[in-house]
Amino acid sequence: MTWTDIGAVTDVPLRGARLVKTHAGCIAVFRTAEDEVFAASNACPHKQGPLSEGIVHGQKVTCPLHNWVFDLNTGEAQGADEGRIAVYPVRIEAGRILLEISALQNRSAA
Amino acid sequence: MKQKLVVIGAGMASGRVLEHLRDRAPDQYDITLFNAEPRGNYNRIMLSPLLSGEKTYAEIVTHDDDWYADKAITCRFGEHVVGIDREAKTVTGQNGTVGYDKLLIATGSAPFIIPVPGKDLPGVISYRDLDDTNAMVEASAKGGKAVVIGGGLLGLEAAAGLALRGMEVTVLHLMGHLMERQLDEAAGYLLKKDLEKRGITVLTKAATKAILGEDHVEAVLLEDGTVLDADLVVMAVGIRPETRLANDAHLDVARGIEVNAQMMTSDPDVLAVGECVELDGQLFGLVAPLYDQAKVVAATLTGEEAAFVPKELSTKLKVTGCDLFSAGDFAEGEGREDVVFRDPSRGVYKRLVIEGNKLVGAVMYGDTADSNWFFGLIKDGTDIAEMRETLIFGPAYQGGGQADPLSAVAALPPEAEICGCNGICKSTIVNAIEGGATDLGAVKATTKASASCGTCTGLVEQLLQVTLGDGFEMPTAQPVCGCTDLSHEDVRRLIKSQELKSQEAVWQELGWKTVNGCHTCRPAVNFYLLADWPLDYTDDPQSRFVNERNHANIQKDGTYSVMPRMWGGMTTPQELVAIAQAAEKYGATVKVTGGQRIDLLGVKKEDLPAIWADLNAAGMVSGHAYTKGLRTVKTCVGSDWCRFGTQDSTGLGIKLEKRLWGSWTPHKVKLGVSGCPRNCAEATCKDIGIVCVDSGYQIGVGGAAGMDVKEVERLVDVPTEEEAIEWTVAFVQLYRENAKYLDRAYKWLAKVGLDWVQEVLADPAERAALVDRFDLSQSVYQTDPWAERARPEVAQSFQPLADFTLEAAE
Repeated sequence: MTWTDIGAVTDVPLRGARLVKTHAGCIAVFRTAEDEVFAASNACPHKQGPLSEGIVHGQKVTCPLHNWVFDLNTGEAQGADEGRIAVYPVRIEAGRILLEISALQNRSAA
Repeated sequence: MKQKLVVIGAGMASGRVLEHLRDRAPDQYDITLFNAEPRGNYNRIMLSPLLSGEKTYAEIVTHDDDWYADKAITCRFGEHVVGIDREAKTVTGQNGTVGYDKLLIATGSAPFIIPVPGKDLPGVISYRDLDDTNAMVEASAKGGKAVVIGGGLLGLEAAAGLALRGMEVTVLHLMGHLMERQLDEAAGYLLKKDLEKRGITVLTKAATKAILGEDHVEAVLLEDGTVLDADLVVMAVGIRPETRLANDAHLDVARGIEVNAQMMTSDPDVLAVGECVELDGQLFGLVAPLYDQAKVVAATLTGEEAAFVPKELSTKLKVTGCDLFSAGDFAEGEGREDVVFRDPSRGVYKRLVIEGNKLVGAVMYGDTADSNWFFGLIKDGTDIAEMRETLIFGPAYQGGGQADPLSAVAALPPEAEICGCNGICKSTIVNAIEGGATDLGAVKATTKASASCGTCTGLVEQLLQVTLGDGFEMPTAQPVCGCTDLSHEDVRRLIKSQELKSQEAVWQELGWKTVNGCHTCRPAVNFYLLADWPLDYTDDPQSRFVNERNHANIQKDGTYSVMPRMWGGMTTPQELVAIAQAAEKYGATVKVTGGQRIDLLGVKKEDLPAIWADLNAAGMVSGHAYTKGLRTVKTCVGSDWCRFGTQDSTGLGIKLEKRLWGSWTPHKVKLGVSGCPRNCAEATCKDIGIVCVDSGYQIGVGGAAGMDVKEVERLVDVPTEEEAIEWTVAFVQLYRENAKYLDRAYKWLAKVGLDWVQEVLADPAERAALVDRFDLSQSVYQTDPWAERARPEVAQSFQPLADFTLEAAE
């Protein structure tokens, strides 16, 4: 496990998201109203809409392009839409966001 | 031979240890008790009632001098311990050294002081012990203003106490809602409302920048520049374990002093207890686990086996009249289900979090009568499958095997109140239904039930169903979204009539079924609030679609388009040079639009603040080409140049655009002003289109040229330019105040009718009032969003949070 500090929790707006660029693609880091953080692929499987620009409600995000809704725990699309976004381990420690990036490094090395 | 026990710290945890120890083995130890405070143990939980004046110090003392004498404990009160020597097994106080066989560290916690300038000024106090409390009581005797930094348990109790003592209190809280660790947004909102009723001002999202004053505190400065006068500042942002002595003695210390389940530190002869310890990464701040620990410490010291196991905890706020309770884990999560109950008229909010067939968390506000029962279910992990449907109604509804929620309604007694607003009970409604009121509208008309706030609509419908059986069909109203059964029109009306001024207020008072809305209702509610309460409500960017949040139009490839405003379609060579340079610098594609402006396409998000700064520098502002707001005002050259022009259509267009820009509207608003009936500005297919004629101005409204093509309908003909502007502004404001979010003007007009609009606007007083309200809103919202976001500290948020692609490849 490689936990990497990517910034302060407060750098991500409440009910909002920020982008993290990696060699394996962009990751969206979300912060919910309850101050939980989630990390998931930034690209909607439908038309690659940037999920970090979506509206965050509960533990879900809505894609800004065509309103697909994803559960940030599982990455599963909700309702009638079928698809899934990759989710990544992330946690908060002393107000900092730690992202587990080994999966991303492996892919870039391969 | 007697062993020697030294205890550092006379707080509630160590006090309990001493009680157990003397009960179990009265003669095993010679005990020396150090305490930095010049007194023994008292009930710190009761500091709040002491501050508010509801209790006296004598009432909260748990161990007085007689007790210590009776138990033969050597007290060294008011003496700081300066060091522990584990080799020599001694503890050194300010007045001398004493040896030990066993040492118990119970140093408790220290208040966390935020490192801002002025934190050491006289008049700045923390809230931790009796001296702090006395200092606050003394300061409040002079009256004046108090600022409490921190909206957690301690801060709010301090605020309530100071308010009771007659001070004017403001609470500053960094997070979006109060007590965010114990409460969710909805309960935090109700708490804020209750505190405000007591005259306490609550500012959330308030970050303290500095405490100001010469030789005593005078004011608090916030990050946003607000200055709050203060005669007293209470710092209650949190506590941290007091570990300095343990650290100096080289014991293992993480956030707290690390202990095992026997409460032993890394040195088996040194134990620790209370708020200063850490077990398996967990800290302890409430009294229940501390008392459990105390039992284990006493057992360990007397050679018995015992282990401390942390249990579920619950929280109650000790502010008289604020009834709240929270327990367990109430974050949302996979496989978790929320059950929410709201009773707006009584200010009640209950939320249960269920995982599998177990209750894992509960938040309650306003009615905590059943909290112990719920807490029991959480602690015991009771299987609640049988009572799931009626669980939220509490223990009174259990035991009947009521699987059907309808039967819960059926089981209500005839005198049960259904409609809290109008005081209508069940029997009145049932009688009305049996008397022929067979749908919701008829029940409303005959009984007034659900005719006010509307939250009991569901209950009334269930009563219809229970009473009429298959004879009743549930109506299919058009609710805003799945979060509520109310229509847009209802929500708008209730926001105004109930003076709801925050999203939390809307969710709570209108009985939202989700915790914080969804992508459908959030932008709508955000607009309604800012349109109706421009001065009270702060726009929430996180409740806006991406374009309005980033102030640019997102394109299909994730890049953005940037379009500066060109007033009335006029530009200058200087502006064109700046646009050309910006297009070149940021690699943008250039497109001339139908709205007489220039669009720069393909700009990367990271570059937005920079291109805006460049365009700002050339005197241009956002064209708002991305908003539900004022877009363009298209004009022809009018009487300035055209041989047919009757009036200065360009000048009027520019004046209208300068008046209206920056305003938010239910949907986009486009204007056109043509200088003669040849209508070169295509004004008659705009939301508002003005055609100049020799005798004045023809104002048409409700045109469109999109999915629907509509010609405007004539609103009015006026002789002067001044009147044309007045009518236009008044019309826009009427639309802002009444239309459903995402209804273009023509759709709204189809619903309310042009006649009604004409009737309202024909009244000069009404027109003037609408214009005043529009201008008031513009005093807040007519600012260039680009300039605000081009500032370096804001521009930073347009960059990625982190970029691993910049690191050198391994």
